[in-house]
Amino acid sequence: MAAISLQTATMAEEVKLFGTWASPFSRRIEVALKLKGVQFEYIEENLSNKSPALLKYNPVHKKIPVLVHNGKPVAESLVILEYIDETWKHNPILPADPYEKAMARFWAKYMDDKLWPAATKVVVSKGEEQKAVIEEIQEQLKTLESELKEKKFFGGESLGFVDIAANIIVFLLVAQEALGLMEILTEEKFPVLHEWYQRLVDDAVFKECVPPRERHLGFFKARFGSSTASK
Amino acid sequence: MATSDVKLLGAWPSPFALRVHIALNIKSIDYECLEENLLAKSQLLLQSNPVHKKIPVLIHHDKPICESLAIVQYIDEAWSSAPSILPSDPYDRAVARFWAAYIDDKWFPWLNGVANAQGAEAKKAALDQVREGLVVLEEAFGKCSKGKDFFSGDRIGYVDIALGCFLRWVYVAEKRNDVKLLVEDKMPGLAAWANKFCEDGAVKDVMPDKDELLEFANMILEARAKLNASSNN
Repeated sequence: MAAISLQTATMAEEVKLFGTWASPFSRRIEVALKLKGVQFEYIEENLSNKSPALLKYNPVHKKIPVLVHNGKPVAESLVILEYIDETWKHNPILPADPYEKAMARFWAKYMDDKLWPAATKVVVSKGEEQKAVIEEIQEQLKTLESELKEKKFFGGESLGFVDIAANIIVFLLVAQEALGLMEILTEEKFPVLHEWYQRLVDDAVFKECVPPRERHLGFFKARFGSSTASK
Repeated sequence: MATSDVKLLGAWPSPFALRVHIALNIKSIDYECLEENLLAKSQLLLQSNPVHKKIPVLIHHDKPICESLAIVQYIDEAWSSAPSILPSDPYDRAVARFWAAYIDDKWFPWLNGVANAQGAEAKKAALDQVREGLVVLEEAFGKCSKGKDFFSGDRIGYVDIALGCFLRWVYVAEKRNDVKLLVEDKMPGLAAWANKFCEDGAVKDVMPDKDELLEFANMILEARAKLNASSNN
């Protein structure tokens, strides 16, 4: 009897994450798993030489992150986050109330549909075009600032779905520093968001899941450094 | 329940608004439908969706919910009695959400791209891409439906709604370009599914009329072409 329960307990915890160290989408999953105290095996993928396992688990997109739970793959970072929240119910990252949940889904989508495309554009654009993209990002940050209001986190008292999805901002600001861009998230323009950002990056779990700083700066410099105009 | 408790800000040609109509019908919810003129958006719309200023918006007890798939999930959760729109098992839910994301992030932009493609070669490439996406969705249909009528099984559900809302626009693209996209011998599952979806009780009264939509599409696409032509002069 005892041997069987031990076996089921071990089987129930087979969790693998296929990711890459510099991907915000991959890092989101690490945050969620760590918040829930879920033990997992991490597999670092080489995106220029994808493993047969990755191609098997995500044949449609061939992308990371992919979570594999007891041999069953889940892909798309926001889908994975919801799966994690529904499977390991303690320390919830989504609110229980349907309206609040709908709001959380709306804002997480905003990060992916608006902030992410702008962030990817800013690192490859130059001069006037780059300035225009930065302005666009600042408009988006203004929108986020007014949504956050007096809350500690978008998720309320503790960080949640939207805060995790907002990790794109961390990557944006590292890129900003690496490429010598003008300061984007200024305390003056965004007093509320600026404080939130400090709370986010100081959070015990979140900060374990941020790419190592020097390596991350080097990554942006190597990949996008030569394409930026002067400061 | 007073009908004014639930309002849907929509537009009859919009496949995204159609998703919400279908979800409300599945749950037999009484609602007030407010038709928006997208060239002259109402104050209510601008107040309810200040971030995107887009339809659909569901207003429930004066609280607005935006983004069609967030609205559909909200409907499923706020009116939690059967029939369910999403499955109950977390893994099955993740699969359903994955395919809805594929439809919105990949397949719909390809469908939309057909109208924007300039020249015969670009048009053909755009149409081929839509068809390739349908082949992927055909395989998904096989796996999800497990031999039943719909992605969700015996009754329409999340992925059916996410994809089915575009069927009239697929028809429009087929007619305007004189091609078949939903090719029966390549996508037998989807071809059969499409007919059943359109006949479903929650769908048939809210699906736009084929010819009306074609006329509408012809009108806006020709107006857009004229605008592009004049701005190029």
